[in-house]
Amino acid sequence: MKGILGLMPDGYFGSYLTLAVYALAMIGLVAGTLGLNRLVSPKVPKREKLTTYECGVEPVGTGQSQTTIRYYMFALLFVIFDVEAVFLFPWAVVFEEIGMFAFIEMMIFIAILALGLLYAWRKKVLDWL
Amino acid sequence: MADALGNGYVQLGLKMSVLLILLPATLVLGWVELKIGAHMQARLGPMYPGGFHGWAQTLADGIKFVLKENIIPRNADRSVFALVPYVTMLGAALIFVVIPAGRNLVIEDLEVGVFYVLAASSVGVIGILMAGWSSANKYSLMGALRAAAQLIAYELPLVLAAAAVAMMAGSLSLVDIVEAQKSIEIAGFYIPFLPFQIVGFIIFLTAATAELTRPPFDMPVAEAELITGAFTEYTGIRFAFSLFAAEYISMIGLAAFGATLFLGGYAPPHSALEFIPGIVWLLLKTLTILFLLIWVRWTYPRLREDQLQKFAWKFLIPLSLVNIFATGALKLTPWI
Repeated sequence: MKGILGLMPDGYFGSYLTLAVYALAMIGLVAGTLGLNRLVSPKVPKREKLTTYECGVEPVGTGQSQTTIRYYMFALLFVIFDVEAVFLFPWAVVFEEIGMFAFIEMMIFIAILALGLLYAWRKKVLDWL
Repeated sequence: MADALGNGYVQLGLKMSVLLILLPATLVLGWVELKIGAHMQARLGPMYPGGFHGWAQTLADGIKFVLKENIIPRNADRSVFALVPYVTMLGAALIFVVIPAGRNLVIEDLEVGVFYVLAASSVGVIGILMAGWSSANKYSLMGALRAAAQLIAYELPLVLAAAAVAMMAGSLSLVDIVEAQKSIEIAGFYIPFLPFQIVGFIIFLTAATAELTRPPFDMPVAEAELITGAFTEYTGIRFAFSLFAAEYISMIGLAAFGATLFLGGYAPPHSALEFIPGIVWLLLKTLTILFLLIWVRWTYPRLREDQLQKFAWKFLIPLSLVNIFATGALKLTPWI
């Protein structure tokens, strides 16, 4: 397949070009609908209409305020486990060919992580602060 | 005809036509959910629009959304606020690229298919965070933070459940995964991964429900506490795209993904039924999972935020690690 102005090579990157065209088409679809909305919708800006919604009363302070993120420890754990998951995928594809050796290797890896989870559990990190 | 199909432009155009199905599918699924939910609660649901059982209800809603005024609050960060529908819709629609509806009937069979779907399905959360911060509204900010908390808790069980399927198939390409399920054959019956991965399937459904922020995991948009969470300030078509369309499209996408991983995707249940096109089977299996998701939604009450984290970290993640271990052991036992 030669395709768009010779930009569509066969093989690995060709499939990602289709992906890019698909994404652009999706953005176009959303933009088209938003454009249609711009053409047909009324425009009556009022002072009250443009205020931030806060149960009908005047907003107090700013909405972009500092907030305690109570789950930041979970977020740290998530990063560690997500990296583990990235390692897991290439292994999952080839482990049957390598056999028992790969299985035991990965189980040691998972066991270390599970130990880490257990440690976090006992340290009460997994309880909502 | 054959020449035309060989043309790259024509092929590309046909592939993009999938996009045109997405929005009507959203409307149909929305109506189906209204009707199923109503009947589960012994109500009738929409009855008037269109005449027959209110079939045009969601269509009328959609037209109304297009005709509505688009409001951006004075304090909002305008450009980020306006960008949100694009991000959420993109995250939802990207899933469909790798879902195969037949041996060769797929937009693009990426080698890293499973990985790609998991990555694409979490793009939407960036949109929710953008909405939460740019709205300059306290409810929006809380909703966005809750959505992020939900993602970090349920992304892992989803990824680990999918990894177990990748181990079963020995590939990340979704076509290969379906073909691997077709290769397990007893007296002509194709056995999908479901009986081997029943734990994985349940983990997947739970995590997918949470990822979609659907009840009982809908704390980010909890109406009674946070109005509509991150999308409180959104109106009209932006609201429809950011919340409804994105949710329903990614719901269909994840259901099709689950059907491909666990239920055999486009593979028929028996080799004698091979003459029915794969897309019919994929659709039937996807609808089954969609019905399960809708059923759960109208059955269980909402969890609390700390219960959600506890359930994910103390139950689902250890369980999915055990599932990975069990899958590995199953694959290495000589009698399989």
